[in-house]
Parts: sequence; C-alpha cells; structure tokens
Amino acid sequence: MAHPTQLGFQDAASPVMEELLHFHDHALMIVLLISTLVLYIITAMVSTKLTNKYILDSQEIEIVWTILPAVILVLIALPSLRILYLMDEINDPHLTIKAMGHQWYWSYEYTDYENLGFDSYMVPTQDLAPGQFRLLETDHRMVVPMESPVRVLVSAEDVLHSWAVPSLGVKMDAVPGRLNQAAFIASRPGVFYGQCSEICGANHSFMPIVVEAVPLEHFENWSSLMLEDA
Amino acid sequence: MAEDIQQKLEKYRTAPFDARFPNQNQTRNCWQNYLDYYRCQKALDAKGVDTSPCDWYKRVYKSLCPLSWIEKWDTQREDGTFPGKI
Repeated sequence: MAHPTQLGFQDAASPVMEELLHFHDHALMIVLLISTLVLYIITAMVSTKLTNKYILDSQEIEIVWTILPAVILVLIALPSLRILYLMDEINDPHLTIKAMGHQWYWSYEYTDYENLGFDSYMVPTQDLAPGQFRLLETDHRMVVPMESPVRVLVSAEDVLHSWAVPSLGVKMDAVPGRLNQAAFIASRPGVFYGQCSEICGANHSFMPIVVEAVPLEHFENWSSLMLEDA
Repeated sequence: MAEDIQQKLEKYRTAPFDARFPNQNQTRNCWQNYLDYYRCQKALDAKGVDTSPCDWYKRVYKSLCPLSWIEKWDTQREDGTFPGKI
C-alpha cells in the first residue's frame, strides 16, 4: 500500500510491475540529467557579462544537438516498446476471476469450477481493527494463488469504474456491457491494495480493492470455505 | 471426437487463449461461447445425438461470462426475447 510522504511507486509484486519500475527509473534519470543541463545553461547564460553579437551559424553544434536528442529518444523508446510487447504476450492463465464494479463495491466471481461469488465492501473507519488501513480494507479479499498467471475480466453493473492494484501493475476500466481482460502474476505472497480509479458517484473513494496472494493449497482451502459459507 | 472433448474437459483449468479474440475486449468471446453452447445443444438434440461435446462451450462461457449476464440471457431465452440467433 502507499505510505505517507511516499514519492515513488509501491514495491512491485508482479514481474511486469518490476519492469515498469526499472523503466521509470531509467526514463526519469534521463529527464533529470537533461533538466539539470538546461537549468545550468540558463543560469550560466543569465549570469555572464560576456556578449557576442557576431556568430552567424555553427554546423558542428547544430549536428550534435540534433543527433544527440534523437539517440536519447531511441534509448527511451527501445525499453519502452520491449515492455509494451512483454505486456501484450499471449499468456496461459491458470484461473479466471471476474471483477464486477457496482455503486459502491466490487464483487468477485470464480466460476471455473463451481459458482463462487461474493461482494467486497470497504470496512468503515469506525469498524477497523488496530493495525488495519483506513479506506483500504475490505470485508472479503480477492484471494489468488501466488506465482500463477491470473486472468481478471473487469466489468461493471451500473456506471464506469476502474479496477486498479498499483503494486501488481494493473489498472483496467470497468465498462458496463464490456468485458475487459487484464492479466498478472503475483510473484510473492502478500496483501496488495488498490482503489477504484474512475469517478463513479458519491462513494467512489470508498470502494477499495484488496488482492491476497497465497500458496495454492491455501487458495484451495479458502475457496472451499467460501463455497460452504455461500 | 467426444472422447477428445472429455479429455479436454477433465484437464480443464480455465478458458484457454482463443485466437479469435486476442485483445483486451473479451465481450465477444463470452457471447460467442454462450451462443455456441445453445446452438450445439439444439443441433445435436435435433439429431438425437449425445450432447456432451457441447459441454466445452458451457465450461468456457461459465468461466468468462459474468453471472448476471448469464442469468439475464437465460431468462431472455425462456421468454423468447433473446437477441441472439440459436
């Protein structure tokens, strides 16, 4: 989850998010270097007493400051496209979960074998147990087996919503009448938080998402228990 | 043919990748499998043949389609207002 005064991304919990994180580090470093250079040049130009009114042209520097930016852009584009294609690869999911957005909660359906479905409401602030996170916890979590490719089909039953979990690197709009596919692999066990990311009415800020990645055995036990309770 | 489907069904985990629907929008994938199941049922019933090969489509649409959509379509089929051609 996010921490107070956090500036960077949350720790990655999926291989794709790790790639995005490293790419962002790379692109941001380039941006910071260029910005520092420009700021330096500006201060140098502004604070010099020297003037020169007689330069007409200068082929060499023109060539350099045309070619160099092109090279820098290529150095940004190549890793970017690599990740784009990586995210677009055909994956072979082990399970499919449907995440349906409602006003104002999510419901999850696991229907590969039995019909398991449940709603996931935010825990109100006054009902939080010590140590739980305000506006992020839910009564039921979306449990997934760790290290398994998961397909999430996101849709909505009323208005637009968006299913987002930053540490997994997933955000997918929930559109009524449409089934949007997202895929992820949880590379480690843990609890990953997200929030609805498309304005959907009064309680848009109060319909969070919690994904819990557990070993396969625990997932199977959990799904049997949930089916019994239903 | 039916034995292959049985084997595939025994090893079924979830709806596999379908090259007809390679992109983000899987709406048509769900819709098509729903249609295919009931068309298959209708066709094999008409011939008086065992309809278990159709179960593949059923597993796939159950994996992909939201429960509310399935309920709505089932009701529409019973009422005769289903928009698809079966």
